Amino acid sequence: MLDQLRRSVILAVVFIVLLGFVYGLLGTGVAQLFFRHQADGSITANGSTLIGQNWNGYSTTTILDQQWFHGRPDADNPLMANGKAGSSGSANLGPRSAVLVREAHALVVAWEKVGVHPTADLVTTSGSGLDPDISQRDALVQIPMVSRATGIAPSRLRALVVKETQGAELGFLGTSYLDVLQLNEALAKLR
Amino acid sequence: MDFFWTIVAMVVLVAIAWRFLGQYMVAVYEGRVRYLGFIERPIYRLLGTGPEHEQSWKRYAGSLIAFSGVTLLIGYLIMRIQGSLPLNPQHLGAVPPALSWNTSVSFLTNTNWQNYAGETTMSYFTQMSVMMVQQFVSAAVGIAVAVALIRGFSRKGSSTIGNFWVDTVRGCLYVLFPVAFVAGIIFVSQGAVQTLGGPTHIKDVLNGVTQVIALGPVAFMETIKQLGTDGGGFCNANGAHPFENPTGLTNLLSLVLILLVPVALTYVFGTMVGSIRQGVAVLAAMTIIFGCWLTFTAYAEHQSNPAVAAAGVTHQPGGNMEGKEVRFGDTQSALYGVVSTQTSTGSVDGANDSYNAMGGFGLLTGMMLGEVSPGGVGSGLYTILLFAIIAVFVGGLMIGRTPEYLGKKIQAREVKLAGFGILVMPITVLVITGVAVSIHAGRAGPLNAGPHGFSEILYAFTSQANNNGSAFAGLSGNTAFYNVMGGVAMLFGRFVIIVPTLALAGSLAAKNLVAASAGTFRTDNTMFVGLLIGVILIVGGLTFFPAVSLGPIVEQLTHHKFFGAAFGPVLSTFTPFGHLLSGGIL
Repeated sequence: MLDQLRRSVILAVVFIVLLGFVYGLLGTGVAQLFFRHQADGSITANGSTLIGQNWNGYSTTTILDQQWFHGRPDADNPLMANGKAGSSGSANLGPRSAVLVREAHALVVAWEKVGVHPTADLVTTSGSGLDPDISQRDALVQIPMVSRATGIAPSRLRALVVKETQGAELGFLGTSYLDVLQLNEALAKLR
Repeated sequence: MDFFWTIVAMVVLVAIAWRFLGQYMVAVYEGRVRYLGFIERPIYRLLGTGPEHEQSWKRYAGSLIAFSGVTLLIGYLIMRIQGSLPLNPQHLGAVPPALSWNTSVSFLTNTNWQNYAGETTMSYFTQMSVMMVQQFVSAAVGIAVAVALIRGFSRKGSSTIGNFWVDTVRGCLYVLFPVAFVAGIIFVSQGAVQTLGGPTHIKDVLNGVTQVIALGPVAFMETIKQLGTDGGGFCNANGAHPFENPTGLTNLLSLVLILLVPVALTYVFGTMVGSIRQGVAVLAAMTIIFGCWLTFTAYAEHQSNPAVAAAGVTHQPGGNMEGKEVRFGDTQSALYGVVSTQTSTGSVDGANDSYNAMGGFGLLTGMMLGEVSPGGVGSGLYTILLFAIIAVFVGGLMIGRTPEYLGKKIQAREVKLAGFGILVMPITVLVITGVAVSIHAGRAGPLNAGPHGFSEILYAFTSQANNNGSAFAGLSGNTAFYNVMGGVAMLFGRFVIIVPTLALAGSLAAKNLVAASAGTFRTDNTMFVGLLIGVILIVGGLTFFPAVSLGPIVEQLTHHKFFGAAFGPVLSTFTPFGHLLSGGIL
């Protein structure tokens, strides 16, 4: 038995070195050498394209800033903000949760005040709480609001949304979507 | 259509792996692969053992238990003193004792249940030296047990079943390390992060918002987490986080990585027992169960979310998107959920808790069948072989013959061991869930009210006793009660099944082969596949139906009722549906 314990300790240490640090550090080295931009979080001057951000969007009662396209109400919404900076996660409300009914309804009302009939994506939180993307339909329904606030014609906005839509990878992996940050960057150029 | 092609791609990739990874693994465990001998041999020298030192089942199990005990303790200690260790740019302090216990057990047992938010609780040192190491090791141990059981079938008149140390080292070096490493590079290229720099604070120029973005060595942990069917991610949001699972491609690769080893092991099984058809029969049973659950769950998630509909968005062409990511959509998220719960992975790419009632039913019951379709690395194969022994026994009773499986007589001892191994999990789940709903500390856990709250508790212990690790994550699991009881459930679900499995391996290895005759009950045809599926469904269904009725089934049947104690005045003013229920669980 003592023999087994001695072997256990030795193998545990060997594995920590080999599978924890050699694997982890070798991986970090390769990642930093060849894919530095991605490995550091795909960060641009306007934020990370992979992490959703707050477009000064929501309060509990109204959409404040109407000149941008908005993402999903994740960290974006005081009603649903799920905690401290840096920590990801979803709201975890079940399909028969009265809390979910209340929060989603508050968002429906807020959207309708600015003339938008929201899609389900725009009134539900995502799995990560950081969803950087919206569907094409989510963007299209926001056009009346953005057009009014920016003075850009709806037809030009529609063309913009179609142009910025990214197809599913290889044509079928995942869904087609728009990265909200890239969409708003393109919108900023139109103004 | 996208959903269909994703499944086609997944099946093709896994089928290729079944053939080639399977063949490679046979060579690895028979000692014919030696290209890393310069690392492998010195390790054996340090340990004072090697392939020539075969072990009896008792010594094999003893080594496994000793090694598990030691790594459990080391993991616990590292979490307790992480504040004084390097690679801790956020200066995170010691992890509390109950949480350290739960987490160390969790990673030891291949569960990866997480009662903490990784990016804000665990230092990089802890993530690399405890989580990531155990993701390799617990997987390698699982494969080792499966291979030992296969040797029990393939050897005759033998008193030994292999060497635990050698099997574990080989699994890590030759199978897990290379595959996870190559996949890690692909993940990084897609946008998964991999850095030792701390969190980034950035001010976004366009809208003037300041963000704190947590970073870390994520990508390479992500790939071993999937390949080892561990499932414990770096970040709290797990595979839903864009830094863990950035694109549709990484989502597909995650599914393939999860399925690789459990599926390839059926090839290993078939080859080592001398008839590939035997492996195919087991794989067929796995695939049929998997396909049924996938269809059911994906259909359920493609339906509208009733709470969102009640809030005023009745047209939901995208399915239930609460708790799901736009880049994956409803059905591909459901596919991920099913793959993750039919194996022992438990990683998520959306919030399981927010699945529609029947979607949640699909995930929960997938685990309740014992995770055999195709199950965790190693654990899937050895668990389904326990079911196969029961199936052979039942078949033997029907036709009035002494049961045999792969030329081995199945006698009282084998049936008892297999039956015991199968019943450990349901007993653990039902007893601990019963305790949890009976005492205050347990009832304080759920976030959601009504039947969904019960589902959260039932899901938690089902997940932990099956070493799955996914959660209806609204449950506040980081309490003394849930940490301690969860740890007990995980240890039972792992080791109380492994030990009888190894005993079975020893007992089978000692037997001689009986020649097949015309009256032998065949175990490589459609009849047997049907019988095996029947046994799995009947055992799972009979033991869990009452419990599931109180959770997802009643939730599905309560039309127009919404549950929640936390009603604000807002709700009563707008609600068009008169009868909202308030009140806590049960």
